[in-house]
Amino acid sequence: MMKMKRKIGSQIMASILVNSIYAMINYPVVLINTLLAPLAILAVVTFASKGTLLPVAAVGALIMNMVSSGTSLQQDLSHLKNDMRLQDMIVSSPTSSFIYIIGMAISEIVYSIPTLAFLIILNIIFVKITFLGAFILFLDMATIFTFSISLGFFLSTFTSDIIQSWGFSGILSPLLTTIPPVYYPINYIPYPFRYLAYLSPTTYASEIAQSQTGYYALSASGFATAWLVLIAITAVLTYLALKRSRWREI
Amino acid sequence: MRIRAEELSKTYDRKHRALDSLSIDINMNGIFSVIGRNGAGKTTFVRIMSTELLPTSGRGYINEMDVVDQADAVRQDIAVVPQEARPLPWLTPLQTVSSYLMWRGYSYREANEKGKDALRELGLEGKENEKSRKLSGGQKRKLMAATVISSEAHIVFLDEPTTGLDYLSRKELWQLLSRMKKDRLIILTTHYLEEAEILGDQIMILDHGKLVDLGTIDNLRNKVKLPYVLKVNAENFKLEDDEVQIHPVSEKETFVYGSASKIYGLIPYLVTNKMKFTVEEASLSNIFEQYLGSGEDDENEEEDR
Ligand SMILES: Nc1ncnc2c1ncn2[C@@H]1O[C@H](COP(=O)(O)OP(=O)(O)OP(=O)(O)O)[C@@H](O)[C@H]1O
Ligand SMILES: [Mg+2]
Repeated sequence: MMKMKRKIGSQIMASILVNSIYAMINYPVVLINTLLAPLAILAVVTFASKGTLLPVAAVGALIMNMVSSGTSLQQDLSHLKNDMRLQDMIVSSPTSSFIYIIGMAISEIVYSIPTLAFLIILNIIFVKITFLGAFILFLDMATIFTFSISLGFFLSTFTSDIIQSWGFSGILSPLLTTIPPVYYPINYIPYPFRYLAYLSPTTYASEIAQSQTGYYALSASGFATAWLVLIAITAVLTYLALKRSRWREI
Repeated sequence: MRIRAEELSKTYDRKHRALDSLSIDINMNGIFSVIGRNGAGKTTFVRIMSTELLPTSGRGYINEMDVVDQADAVRQDIAVVPQEARPLPWLTPLQTVSSYLMWRGYSYREANEKGKDALRELGLEGKENEKSRKLSGGQKRKLMAATVISSEAHIVFLDEPTTGLDYLSRKELWQLLSRMKKDRLIILTTHYLEEAEILGDQIMILDHGKLVDLGTIDNLRNKVKLPYVLKVNAENFKLEDDEVQIHPVSEKETFVYGSASKIYGLIPYLVTNKMKFTVEEASLSNIFEQYLGSGEDDENEEEDR
């Protein structure tokens, strides 16, 4: 049998086209979809703090956007899998789960480009940060994005219907973005609740971000610890997504 | 192309046995029809062999590659349309086919060209750039078939591809399958028994997850005890005879299955009573009914298997 030369770029592109570009072309209203939630909280926090927390909330909205990519990935994939049986067709095709995740992860970024652009402009205007700080912020966002995409993919492979998938995202979103100190500085939380906040990986991402924007003083060891924990959690989830997700049904 | 199963079993939720020690070995190019009642295990068989579902025990091989241990290699050469697959409503038919081909590793350009060809072959040209949600139910099924048919895969699983297609559309798909089967093995499940018979170079009958029979239509016919069918057109036809099977179709028509000598022996009686009748070789539906029709309808039977 002749072996066909397969292009990994095409396999990745297929996910991007299907999950974001074709959807955006066919239903342009989705372009503002991802903007509403971060913007709403951003507005509330900004007004309630008389503007003082706007820079924190602007960075927080970016973090939320990264986490939302994961929760919406979870919903998208659950839908494609359970309602359309698309995952069965992909599983039995030459596209591996890894290539599928990569393509779908990029599709979520593409999908939220309008939101990202808006938030980045907002950050450039209102957040004072050094060049190095901006770079750290970028790594921070990339890590929390990897975390949430892995989590979203992992969960999606276990869902068997849409109600279950709504359940997951309904829980995750507040637990990871609204309640933890993403939109406000962590030292606003009194003890012992502050310990609870450390259960969420977004708290560490937020600590790192706020330490760069000057809203939270973090010692060198605290900074290192935050990174360590964030990377460890992300590594565990990436491992789970790649090795322990239910790509093939049992 | 070869597919092989060794004692393949699947038990869902630790108690529901959907596939029961299935052992088969098919080594051919052409169409392999899989038939059986609702819940017989056809989809379970397809999903295990196409690496979507893990078996509980036993082994499956595609071209001698293990569907569990060598799944990645198997996946290079198979394509599947699941029974419940539907086109994504926000994609056009062309986008649907071409994105599937891109997932198979074709470039964007190749995928589009091949996609257009496949849609044309299935009579969907003119619809290729409309949104799929505007297609009729049958057109959606055709579109799903078009996606895998346009691929290079040598082993193609189609789980009830013709359900909901009108007669002419089904024939279009039959012709397409007949054309493409020369260098491929197409595993086709269907509830249209005449389709399984016309297309199937080999036919497998499953019941309660077990193999009932497997072979060409002639093989199957030779194996059943009653290879002839007498179709009697008479009101409330009655016959007491242990050597035949009687299946009323309606008040006006009755099928009598029997051996050649038995059936021909009945003819004088029919002629004397001026009844209309025909005698035929048993079709696949007749064979199916002989195998599975006499048992009680166990749709509601609770699992005690
Ligand atoms: N995911 C599942 N969980 C539990 N039981 C299942 C599952 N899928 C199928 N079954 C059971 O396994 C048996 C075989 O199902 P399968 O889908 O393989 O049948 P089928 O021959 O394809 O039927 P149909 O002609 O209706 O499509 C059925 O009794 C069904 O109830
Ligand atoms: Mg089925």
